[in-house]
Amino acid sequence: MASVEFQNVSKTFGSFTAVPDISFSIADGEFVCLLGPSGCGKTTSLRMIAGLETPSGGKVLIGGKDVTYLHPKDRQISMVFQDYALYPHMNLADNIAYPLKVRGEAEDKRHARAKEVADVLKIGDLMKRLPSQISGGQQQRTSLARALVYPSQVYLFDEPLSNLDAKLRLEARGFLNHLQRDMGMTAVYVTHDQAEAMALATRIAVMDKGRIVQFAPPIEIYRRPATTFVANFVGNPPMNLVPVEAMVDGGQLRLRADGLTLTGLPLSDDIAKAAAKGKMTLGVRPEHLRMAEAGDANTITGKLFANENMGPESLVTMERADGGRVTARIFTDDEIRTDDHVTLAFDTRHVTLFDDTGARIPEIGE
Amino acid sequence: MQISRSIYMRRAIFSVAASLVGVVFALPLVWFIFAPFNARAELGLAIPSPFTLSNFVTVFQNSFAMHALLNSLIQAFGGVILVGGAATLAAYALSRSSIPGKRAVTYILLLFSSVVSGSAAMVPIFLIISAIGLIDTHLAVILVFAGGLLPTAMFILRDFIDAIPKSYEESAMVAGASPIQTFFDVALPVIRPGIVVVVVWAFVNIWGSFLIPFILLRKDTLMPASVAIYSFYSEAGTPIVTLLAAYSLIYSLPVIVLYLFVNWKFGFRFFGGIKS
Repeated sequence: MASVEFQNVSKTFGSFTAVPDISFSIADGEFVCLLGPSGCGKTTSLRMIAGLETPSGGKVLIGGKDVTYLHPKDRQISMVFQDYALYPHMNLADNIAYPLKVRGEAEDKRHARAKEVADVLKIGDLMKRLPSQISGGQQQRTSLARALVYPSQVYLFDEPLSNLDAKLRLEARGFLNHLQRDMGMTAVYVTHDQAEAMALATRIAVMDKGRIVQFAPPIEIYRRPATTFVANFVGNPPMNLVPVEAMVDGGQLRLRADGLTLTGLPLSDDIAKAAAKGKMTLGVRPEHLRMAEAGDANTITGKLFANENMGPESLVTMERADGGRVTARIFTDDEIRTDDHVTLAFDTRHVTLFDDTGARIPEIGE
Repeated sequence: MQISRSIYMRRAIFSVAASLVGVVFALPLVWFIFAPFNARAELGLAIPSPFTLSNFVTVFQNSFAMHALLNSLIQAFGGVILVGGAATLAAYALSRSSIPGKRAVTYILLLFSSVVSGSAAMVPIFLIISAIGLIDTHLAVILVFAGGLLPTAMFILRDFIDAIPKSYEESAMVAGASPIQTFFDVALPVIRPGIVVVVVWAFVNIWGSFLIPFILLRKDTLMPASVAIYSFYSEAGTPIVTLLAAYSLIYSLPVIVLYLFVNWKFGFRFFGGIKS
């Protein structure tokens, strides 16, 4: 296992800049997820670690060694591809043992080792099959087995679960989490699924337009999203964002938006500075909203838009007068009855404020 | 009722027309199968009676024609190996590398090969081969065929390789394979169906070609079957139909065998094996 470091790495394809300038470091034993929408440069960054793309500028280090221009075969890494990339003409045993073959391991030894790994992944009895003769989930585990069959410095994952159906994906996700706890491997995992990133990562790098917007542990990303972009990307459903007009009146912060009633938000210098610009964004997570009862001080109200019962919880979405939607995630076994109008309540301690540029305003005492 | 009748009429007319066209194309083939076994075969179609192998006996005794079949095999195999090997390497490079203007290269080659080759180029080709001193050798025929067929072969194969995901090779490289290992262990087996198509196509082309060996070769001992077939013409220039038919059947067998072999061994289909 080894650390990974990017020093001012950039990558351009012709006139298109995929990654303008990126620097980060991943410690030995960390499981880092690169999370972002498609085209944000996360896969390009992963491929530069693997050596499948050469950076246009900057340096890539693995284990402290400069590998920027090193061929992939000399990096001692392994990678799981989104399309699995199993060799269609080789059976599972040869597929899994291929990394050992190119390292000059004898056939009986490498097949024994392949079987060992395959057994752990419960595909040990399929070793004579061709990739086209097994299911998608088994193909995925085969490609994982091929990555695990030899000791690597870094394990790279390029959306390895995105081709699985929902149930298999959960199962595979749990297995990967177990594997990480077991092996303590250094891993870089690319995904656009925030739930996968939250479940697996020790740290998440949220990327947008080739830049890292926030690089922090999952809980930090969830609790203190650095920008409205992160807030809107993480969470299921993501954080509700309501644009508000802000002003400070008599030592009190006043936020105004259609259907919003809010009092008693504490005021700090940072908040006052942001409020002076007039515009802010108020963020509340769906799980921090509840159906309002008489006497609730902080509420938001609008027309019912959708009411989805998911079993243990319900997603109630309402549309405010200005067209913005707010979703509440309400945990109850009972069916939720709603009128045409919905009023949701929340506590001020669950409010996150963003300034007019979309950056989070630090909380008091932070 | 009225409608269904007109549909029947239309179907009947279509079937008759299609059958007529089919018969026109089938007749020569039927002749081709019957005539070699008929001692009195003429250009007309007739069921052999009595059924005889005497035509074949006479043809087998013609050592020039028999040797020509061997020459055809030498030239076809030589050409196919050269075209298959060179086209695979060139197409792989053109598909996978990031050489600027690589598309233009293939199109220009393709353009030149279709414009420049053929009978119009015969004089320059003859002069070049003569200047190198290769006139009257198998190698001359093989090289000229390879040159003529390569651009199209490269074009077909490059398109085929373009459609194969790069992640096959990328996963091999990440697993620790050198570029050479990646090519032979992973890329080549995956490209193989495309190579098979090109090889069969090149073989059929060389096997049936008359003009190039006719111009480049002098010695009887080097002539391929496509030229030797003229030994079954009488001195007056009329074909000896019986022998011609028998020889033609023998001449076409290797192509049929090749087709059957390839179909059995590889199948004319492309396989994927990647999850998308």
